[in-house]
Amino acid sequence: MDSSKRNAGNRTSIREYTPEKSILDSLWRPGSYIVLGLFSILTLTPLLWLACAAFKNAVDMYTYTFLPYGDSHPTVQNFIDLFVKKNFGRYLLNSFFLTCTGTSISLILSSLGGFALGKYEFKGKKALTVLMLATMMLPFSVLLAPTYELLCHLGLMNSYAGILIPGAVGAFGILLFRQAMLNVPDDLLEAARLDGCSELRIYWEIVMPVVRPMSGAFCLMSFMGSWNSFLMPMIVLQSDHLFTVPIALSQTIGLTGDNQSGLMMAGTLLGVLPPAVLFFLLQKEFIAGLTAGAVKG
Amino acid sequence: MVGSGMGATNRSYSLWRQQQRLAPYLFVSPFVILFSVFGVYPICKSLYLAFHTTNGPRSVIFTGLNNFNFLLSDPDFYIAVRNTAAFAFFSVFLQLPLSLALALVLNSTWLKGRNIFRFVFFSPNLVGQVFGGFLAGVVFVPRYGLVSRFLHMLIGMNLDTKWLADQHYVMAALVLTSLWMYVGYNCIYFLAALQSVDRELLEAASVDGANAWQQFLHITIPAIKPVAAIVVIMSTIGSFQLFELPYTMLNATSGPNKSGLTIVMYLYQRGFDIGDLGYASAIGWTLALIVFSVSLVQMRISKAVRGNG
Repeated sequence: MDSSKRNAGNRTSIREYTPEKSILDSLWRPGSYIVLGLFSILTLTPLLWLACAAFKNAVDMYTYTFLPYGDSHPTVQNFIDLFVKKNFGRYLLNSFFLTCTGTSISLILSSLGGFALGKYEFKGKKALTVLMLATMMLPFSVLLAPTYELLCHLGLMNSYAGILIPGAVGAFGILLFRQAMLNVPDDLLEAARLDGCSELRIYWEIVMPVVRPMSGAFCLMSFMGSWNSFLMPMIVLQSDHLFTVPIALSQTIGLTGDNQSGLMMAGTLLGVLPPAVLFFLLQKEFIAGLTAGAVKG
Repeated sequence: MVGSGMGATNRSYSLWRQQQRLAPYLFVSPFVILFSVFGVYPICKSLYLAFHTTNGPRSVIFTGLNNFNFLLSDPDFYIAVRNTAAFAFFSVFLQLPLSLALALVLNSTWLKGRNIFRFVFFSPNLVGQVFGGFLAGVVFVPRYGLVSRFLHMLIGMNLDTKWLADQHYVMAALVLTSLWMYVGYNCIYFLAALQSVDRELLEAASVDGANAWQQFLHITIPAIKPVAAIVVIMSTIGSFQLFELPYTMLNATSGPNKSGLTIVMYLYQRGFDIGDLGYASAIGWTLALIVFSVSLVQMRISKAVRGNG
């Protein structure tokens, strides 16, 4: 903050020395705000439209772009239909269960693995790291067919275990934690060992609190990843009562209904809210994790 | 020595050493087991399947290179490759320049409300491809969809334009949606890179009489090149794996005349609608090969450019 202010000061002082000030220069600042403002409007309008469409009846859908104007009749009928006729509560619950369980499992397994990779020497460490990096280069879709076959043989089709177990650990998550663990000072661990702390306690009581910002970012990414996950649930889940929100919207809700657009938009609005709320709560961690992954990963 | 000052008996001391020695193996073993079963094994199995014809998970017949031969003469696969490549092209040459331009504007020192703008631009990414696709499926509906209304108001475009039911418009709808979703997202990466550019260097250049364009070309571009290369490659890899957005936008179809068919969507149809897991694996490996070659070319280019700079 301080340095940018100083530089801003510098820049104006340089400006004063510059003899000619072109029209372009004087248009630059207001122009920037106009560009950013226009882009903000373009970005937010579809979201606003989504929020309005969720509350439209079939007539308003055709008549009004946004609500509430003129003779429009904002209604919560779409939401009532979703929950009463379409069993949407069940899908929401399923999504929450899968997402929270999946995120917790992968947080623990990824951080444990990342701790081992970042802070210990053990046989096969190099080979494992190379193997992980190599698999990360492959598109996920290469794994689809054999994973499906494997799940069939293991009897895990049409069950949450079939989604949770294969998705429990990703190479990306474990490498992310490895990076964070490398920054934990060795002296801290040695001091704990001298005090008689077991390795598991070191992990839980010392290392995890230190890498908390990374855990926050990881949880958020993992939550958004599995909340929005589509391909695996669509392959694994076959019974309607197991469907998650995206699968239900695509496979059942999207296909029938009087005010189908309204119904879809209401479902989409409800589907978008949980990750958005979580993001509001954790956004600082998330941006940090995002850029950390970009520079180091 | 560790633990020697604890006054422990020999027995508990050796136990103590034992848990220290074994700890990393215990910590990493859940990952290794799952990674072997659901990561390494499927990759090997996928290679095996690519040379077999299957009918569901239980009937597997060795057919050699048949899958790949068939793939090379499969018109649907070419449609899928063409659509996916077109989408990737627009991602790199339309979306990323817009992201960079936006990041440059956001990076101005005097700008107020940078964090608010950044948050706004990022927000569509929270919607994600799946829900973004559901939203786009209604936004592009003729007559009452937001895009139809907006373009009618702005340039008098026909209100009845069937964006998602006319093969000439499907790709445009996809590209527009992905612009909405990812311009701001990639802008954050560029902004992070721009903020690490040495401002003193820019000031010095400015004092020496370099104009904004020269500063951009000779200081900013070389400084952000590493991040830019990563963004370009990640964006290309992501684009080639496009699936959820068109699938949900087009109501679980590949669109009119397969105009929204992507490589992964074709893989899904062949593998799971028809049940030929071998053919699906062959498509998967071909996709991997395409992605790998394109990234390699991009890395070469970025290295060559860096060498000159």
